[in-house]
Amino acid sequence: MIRTLPRNIAEQVEIIAEHARREGLDFFPVIYEMLTAEQMSQVAAYGGFPQRYPHWRFGMEYERLRKQQRYGLSKIYEMVINTDPCYAYLLEDNTMTDHKTVIAHVYGHCDFFKNNIWFSRTNRKMIDEMANHATRIRRYVDRFGLDKVEQFIDTCLALDNLIDPHSLFMRRESVRPPKPINQSAAPQLTRFPAKRYMEQWINPPGELAAERERHEQKTEQFEGRFPASPVRDVMLFLLENAPLPDWQADVLSLIREEAYYFAPQGQTKIMNEGWASYWHSTLMTGYILRDEEVVTYCDHHSGTLATQPGRLNPYKIGIELFRDIEHRWNTGRYGKEYDECDDMAARRAWGKDKAPKDRVVGRGSPGREKIYEVRRVHNDLTFIDEFLTPEFVEDQKLYHYRYDPATGRMVVVNRDFAKIKQQMLFMLTNHMQPYIYVADGNHANRGELLLVHKHNGVDLDIRYAQETLRQIHVIWKRPVHVQARIDDTLMLFTFDGEQSSQQRLDEAVYDI
Amino acid sequence: MLLQIDKDHGRFRQIVRGRIRKDLRKFLTRGELVGREGKHLVSIPVSGIDTPHFRYGDNNDAGVGSGDGKSGDKLGQDGEGIGPGGTEEGRHILEVDISLDELADILGEELELPRIEPKGRHNLTSEKDRYSSIRQSGPESLRHFKRTFRRALRRYIMTGAYDPQNPSIIFERSDKVYRSWKTIKNPQSNAVIIYMMDVSGSMGAEQKEIVRLKAFWIDAWLRRNYDGIESRYIVHDVRAAEVDRETFYHLREDGGTRISSAYRLARELIERDYPGAEWNVYLFHFSDGDNSSESDSRECCKLLKEHLLPQINEFGYCQVASAYGSGNFINVIHEHLAREPKVVTARVNSKDDIYDGIKAFFAQGR
Repeated sequence: MIRTLPRNIAEQVEIIAEHARREGLDFFPVIYEMLTAEQMSQVAAYGGFPQRYPHWRFGMEYERLRKQQRYGLSKIYEMVINTDPCYAYLLEDNTMTDHKTVIAHVYGHCDFFKNNIWFSRTNRKMIDEMANHATRIRRYVDRFGLDKVEQFIDTCLALDNLIDPHSLFMRRESVRPPKPINQSAAPQLTRFPAKRYMEQWINPPGELAAERERHEQKTEQFEGRFPASPVRDVMLFLLENAPLPDWQADVLSLIREEAYYFAPQGQTKIMNEGWASYWHSTLMTGYILRDEEVVTYCDHHSGTLATQPGRLNPYKIGIELFRDIEHRWNTGRYGKEYDECDDMAARRAWGKDKAPKDRVVGRGSPGREKIYEVRRVHNDLTFIDEFLTPEFVEDQKLYHYRYDPATGRMVVVNRDFAKIKQQMLFMLTNHMQPYIYVADGNHANRGELLLVHKHNGVDLDIRYAQETLRQIHVIWKRPVHVQARIDDTLMLFTFDGEQSSQQRLDEAVYDI
Repeated sequence: MLLQIDKDHGRFRQIVRGRIRKDLRKFLTRGELVGREGKHLVSIPVSGIDTPHFRYGDNNDAGVGSGDGKSGDKLGQDGEGIGPGGTEEGRHILEVDISLDELADILGEELELPRIEPKGRHNLTSEKDRYSSIRQSGPESLRHFKRTFRRALRRYIMTGAYDPQNPSIIFERSDKVYRSWKTIKNPQSNAVIIYMMDVSGSMGAEQKEIVRLKAFWIDAWLRRNYDGIESRYIVHDVRAAEVDRETFYHLREDGGTRISSAYRLARELIERDYPGAEWNVYLFHFSDGDNSSESDSRECCKLLKEHLLPQINEFGYCQVASAYGSGNFINVIHEHLAREPKVVTARVNSKDDIYDGIKAFFAQGR
C-alpha cells in the first residue's frame, strides 16, 4: 500500500531535488514512502525491501529494532535502497525539518548508488528480484517443508561472507576441473608484434625463455589441481561442484546473489554515509533551512555525527574526509611538493599565501570537482588509504587503542599516524571478514574439501570455524578442512561428518 | 502495508521457545534469571541462535577511536566491552524477552505438568466501569463537546456552509457524540500461596538461594494457572512471624527450630483470611529438616492432618540439604502422612534437583 505523500512534503521533495540537481548531483528518480515507526522497523529488518524470503533471521532483527525503537534507544530516520527508481522511506512522526534533512540526505545516497563504480554491477531491479527470491523459496517450502528449507537457508547463510566482491570487475580463471592438457600444444607466450629486426629487443629471447619456464613450473605445480588456483568465491565453487539437488543449488545461488548485491554497501559504508551527510549539510545550510528550523536541524545533524569513545562513526569520518579533500584541493594542498613537505607549520599554512581573491569555493571549485571524482572511483579502503593525512588524524583526534591484558580493558595506545592508518585499513580490508580460499576440491585424493585461511595478523575464531565447517559439510557431503594459523601454529581443522577434530601441522598443506 | 514480518517474527519466537525448552534444566538452576523479572517479562539469555561464520577471533583486539584522551587512558565504562568500530554482529548470546506466562507454559510442557483444576468459583472477577469509549447516543450531560464540535465543523466545511467571517457552528443530531463506558473486569484472586521457611542457623546462603529459585518457579507455574494469586510469607525459627517478600529472602536468624510454630501461624492465616471452599490454598515449606524435638515433629504432623490438609489444595515440603542437622523431618512426614495424597515432599541437595522438585510438586495437577 503506497500512501501518497502529504502535499507539503511533496513540495519540499521537488525543491530539494532541484537544488541537488543544480549542485551537480546525478540520481535515479526517487520514490518516497511514509512509514510509521513500526513499519519502519519491519522494512529495516528486511534490509529495506518490501518482500524477502521467509526466514526467522528477519524476525529476530525486527524484534531487536522494534525494541530499540520502543525504548527510545535508537531511531531509524530514513532508509533508502539501491534500485532504479530509488525507494526511500520517511518516518511519519518526524518533524518537517527532519523530513527535509532526510530528503536531502537521500539524494546524496542516491547519487552515490548511481555513480560509484562499486555499485555499477548491482541489479537495479532488486525489489523485483527479491520478490522473485521470496516466491522461489516459498515454492520450495510448500514442496519440501519449512524445516528442511529453513535449515538449508541457515547453512547457506553461514557462507554468505565467502564471496569475492572484486570478481564482478574482472575475469577470474574458471574454477572447473582442468581439462587434460594437450601435451603437444606449446604454452601461449606473451609476444608483441614486431618487425623482424626489432624482434630481439621487443621480445627478448631471455624473457621468453623465463616465461616458458614459469609457465611450466606453474603447470607442474597445478597439474591435476582442482581448482587450478585458490578460489575466493567459496559459494560459487560449491555451487558449481558440490553434489546438490536442484532446489538446494537454487537456494544457494539466490543467497549468493543477495550477498553480492549487498557487498558494495559494506565496501563503501564510510564514503556512502559521508557523501550523503556532506550533501544534506550543504543543501540544508546553503538553501533550504529556515531560521526557526536551525536548532532542530543542528540537533539532528550533531546526533548523526556524534562519536562514542572507542568507535568510529562512519558518518563523521566520511563527511569530514570529504570536506578535508575539498578544502585541500581548493587550497592546492596536493601533489608531490605537498606530500614531501615535512614541516607541519608549512603544511598548515599551505595555499593561504597563494589563494587568489576570487577563489571559488563550493560549486565549480577544484575541490568540488575532486570529491565528485572521489565518489565515483573509490571504496572505503582506497578512500582512507589515499586521503587520510596526519593533519586529519590530528584534527579528528583519532587514536589507536588496544586490549590491555593487565586491566582487561581497552586502553588508548597513542596517536601515531602510521599505526592508526594501518589499523583503519585493516578494519576495512574485506570489511573485517577473514580471507578464506578453496585450495583443493580433491584433498588427499578423496574428494575432500580443503579451505585455507590467509592470515594477515589476526587468527580465526576456532569455535565459529568449526561450526561453519559443519555447515559446509552439509553442502559438500565429504569431509571438509580449513587450514589456519592459530597463535603462530599451523592447524588443520576438520569436520568429517561425525565429529570435529584438529591437528597441528608441521608444514602447510597448502601455501597461500 | 502488508508485510510477511509477523510470520518471520512468529517463527523466530518459536525457535527461541524451542531453545529455551531444550535448555530448561539449565535455566531452572540459573539464579540470575530470577532477579530479572520485570512486571510481566523476563529477559533470558539464549545462546546459539545466530548462524556461524568464519570470523576473526579474540586477538582481534585493537581499533581506532576518536576523542580526547592520552596514552593509557581506559575506554568506556567498567564491564563494557568495546569492539572495533563497524562490527556489530557476532554476539553469540541473544537476550530475548519472554512473558512469564509463556515461560510457565514452556515449563509445563517440558515437565509434562497437568493443568490445575481449581476449586471454588472459576472466575471470580470484580467489575468496574470506566468512561473510555464513545457512542452516538447518550444523555446530554455526557456529550463530548470537542468531538462533537469537530464533526460539526467538518460537516460545515464539507457542505461549504462555513463562513470564516461568521464562524458560528450549530450542532445537529448527527454531529453529537457522547462519552460512554466500558466494563473492565478485574480478576479477583482466589488462590494463595503460603511460603514458609526455616531461618534457623543451619540455613545458609546457598540453601536460601535454592529456596528462592524454587519459589520463583512455583510462583510462575501457579500464576499461569490462576488469574489472580496472592503470596504470603512466613519465616520461623523457634517462633514464627509473617514477613514481606524482601525480608523472606534476606532474613538471617540464629537459633533453634520449632516447625510447629510456623504451621500454627499458617493455620491462623488460613482460617482468618482464606476460609472455606472458595480459596485454593498452597502451602510450601522449606527447611533443612532439623527440628528441635521429636515431639514437635509429631505435633506438626497432627496439625497438618487435622487442621491444615482439609482446607488446602496441596502441602509441599521441600527439604534442602544442609551441612548441619539430622534432616530427619522428612522421614517423620513420610512415616505419619504417607497416605495423605495432598502431601508432596522433595529433597533438594543442589540446584540440579530443582527440576525434579518442581515436577514432583505439580505432577498431580492439584
